[in-house]
Amino acid sequence: MLEIKCPHCGLRSQNEFSYGGDSNTKRPELGKEVSDKDWDNFIYLRDNPRGKHSELWHHVAGCRQWFKVLRDTSTHEIFKTAKLTEEL
Amino acid sequence: MQKYSIFSLIKNAFSNHKDWEVAWKDSEPKKEYDIIIIGAGGHGLATAYYLAKEHKITNIAVIEKGWLGGGNVGRNTTILRSNYMFDPNGLFYEQGMKMWENLSQELNYNVMYSPRGIINLAHSDAQMNIFYRRGNSMRLNGIDAVMLGRDELKKMIPFADFSESARFPIFGGLMQPRGGTARHDAVAWGYARQANSMGVDIIQHCEVTGFDVQNGKIEGVRTSKGNIKTKKVGLCVAGNTSLLAEKLNMKLPIESHVLQACVSEPVKPFLDHVVTFGAGHFYCSQSDKGEMVMGGDLDGYNSYAQRGNLPTLQHVLTEGVAMFPNLSRLKMLRTWGGIMDMSMDGSPIIDKTHIDGVYLNCGWCYGGFKATPISGWTFAYTIAKDEVHELSSKYRLNRFNTGHLIDEKGLGTKTWIG
Repeated sequence: MLEIKCPHCGLRSQNEFSYGGDSNTKRPELGKEVSDKDWDNFIYLRDNPRGKHSELWHHVAGCRQWFKVLRDTSTHEIFKTAKLTEEL
Repeated sequence: MQKYSIFSLIKNAFSNHKDWEVAWKDSEPKKEYDIIIIGAGGHGLATAYYLAKEHKITNIAVIEKGWLGGGNVGRNTTILRSNYMFDPNGLFYEQGMKMWENLSQELNYNVMYSPRGIINLAHSDAQMNIFYRRGNSMRLNGIDAVMLGRDELKKMIPFADFSESARFPIFGGLMQPRGGTARHDAVAWGYARQANSMGVDIIQHCEVTGFDVQNGKIEGVRTSKGNIKTKKVGLCVAGNTSLLAEKLNMKLPIESHVLQACVSEPVKPFLDHVVTFGAGHFYCSQSDKGEMVMGGDLDGYNSYAQRGNLPTLQHVLTEGVAMFPNLSRLKMLRTWGGIMDMSMDGSPIIDKTHIDGVYLNCGWCYGGFKATPISGWTFAYTIAKDEVHELSSKYRLNRFNTGHLIDEKGLGTKTWIG
């Protein structure tokens, strides 16, 4: 069982959260010209490291806020969590 | 190579089975190979086997960072099927099913192919309609498909929950009678033995640390056992694909996720088929030892850990108990996890790359085991001829740029995140 510290609610069990993947993905800016390649990359390419991974989680059965988590993908250890507006 | 037969069995009985040849020899790397296959799992070994057999290239090494068959080929739930709706998948996997039917003879190794039939249960009228549609698509592609009603299913899987109070009542199901199971380890061992007998070197505990690429062409592979020169490299490393691709300056539409499976204590014959739950993600079959072999959802977050957490297992088994209530009385014997190379449309990638001589075989998601023979066969063709085989021509990497996705479930990007 993962125990995840929601930056708003504190430490809760994994059951309350859902996963949102790589947090470094940036949507191309609205209203600007986007090349097909940049758009494809935004949709399909994600960081997939073995080790520290910065990712999004959603406290779906709690405060319903999205937040960032720094987690090790080879041990599942969680180092740090932060609000979306904060740096990890 | 010693042929396995009733006669060799009798002959070796006289020496108390102490004089059997080893099935394959462990090798140390030579300085140079024509082709290096990375990953001694099902797909890697099958690729090496078909390169040697079909294309007569035998100066090949299969290198493996762990031990032969220690990855997903030894961690799956052994299910074989080709019950796909889309043409590219249906035709590809159906050719694979034909190869499974003859694989034990082909490899002179009993892979225990058991065409016991796979049944997808439907729990609503709408789901029955979808299954009729998929069944018809399958039959148009020459794949066997049978729709079953509730009464027929009652006779076939009497222990399923057919009560009036079932939360997800069983309306019927779609069956592929030729679907079934095979002994997964035997597939890896059988391919390894035959490939090795034709001259393929199998090198275990040899981790790839880098690649030598010059002028856009592969020159060699750097490993924990030294540098090896080669003209061509095939990647068959499933969940570790992104890590090797990174060393080649490639970023792939793949995430690595842990998928758990489990077996119960062995019980008497209880389930004759492979059955999948239609109101969630759960499937089970009974092994020859009597264990219930079960699996379902991914844990749902990126992982390289080869082990998962209990909440997912509990969720999956809750579905199992909804389908077969008496499963709740069984004790669990083992659970384990494997790392899936989840592609962004749920379909595999078999292709050349931007580097001359580097070939990619990945993105198998939950379903790599059943594809082992056909994946190896088409990938061997691609490596040997430097061109994509017609059967795998829709599994190219550039489909993520051209928009020709093969999104079997119609769920869009990241089909596995619910």
